[in-house]
Amino acid sequence: MSPLGSYLLLSSLLFSIGLAGALTRRNAILVLIGIELMLNAANINFIAFWRYGPNPSALTGIMFAIFSISVAAAEAAVGLGIILAAYRHSRTTDLDQMNSLKG
Amino acid sequence: MTVSFLVLAVITVAGTAAAMGLRNAVHCVLALTVGFVGIAALYLQLDAQFVGLTQIMVYVGAVAILAVFAIMMTHSPTPAPLPAYSSFWLAGSVVAAAVFAVLAWAISSSPAYTRIAPSQPDLTTQKIGEALMHRYVLPLEIMGLLLTAALIGAVVIAMDRREETT
Repeated sequence: MSPLGSYLLLSSLLFSIGLAGALTRRNAILVLIGIELMLNAANINFIAFWRYGPNPSALTGIMFAIFSISVAAAEAAVGLGIILAAYRHSRTTDLDQMNSLKG
Repeated sequence: MTVSFLVLAVITVAGTAAAMGLRNAVHCVLALTVGFVGIAALYLQLDAQFVGLTQIMVYVGAVAILAVFAIMMTHSPTPAPLPAYSSFWLAGSVVAAAVFAVLAWAISSSPAYTRIAPSQPDLTTQKIGEALMHRYVLPLEIMGLLLTAALIGAVVIAMDRREETT
């Protein structure tokens, strides 16, 4: 198997890709997807540290990853609901035009 | 680095980079599913079969489909296609590159970089289920409550209230 550092480098690269997408895209849905990618990078770290840790049979990393995936799913549902509500209000998902929260 | 890790890493990075770089939002989500499948395969390679299959079911099966639905529901046929990147894309890219540089420096200079995996744990899905039902039962219940509240909240937020007002 590859050493631990290769998984950590891959997950930091995924985090940076997600961060770049969240900071540079105009579409609000793609910004949300960038945040999901950052959460996925954290999950890869959980699993990698669990697998390379001294006591993998303790299952802690697996549990962290499972609960993190659940929280990410809830976050995606609420985020997309908010984007739909904002779209119904302002008829756009363009973040450069959605610059006001006032009704 | 093994060949299988390199192949999976290339697939994952290419899929996610395409998801954040393509112009068409639907194409972005399709590329994103490739990236999510690559991440799931990485979990399988790390002997976390349960998490890998959960990743496929939750992300490829639910989150990507939800994103496609949201994109199609908010699709507005504009006569002139808007630029895909925001006005401060250069600053955002620089920040992301700086974050990666710092993380890569910290990882490559840490003693954990060359750590080799211990022998394969005898991990079965039955053990995960027993742990979820015994030691982690309270977090599991809280997670169920959180998911219920989040989904009800999402429906309430996204609900069209025009019928009520008329």
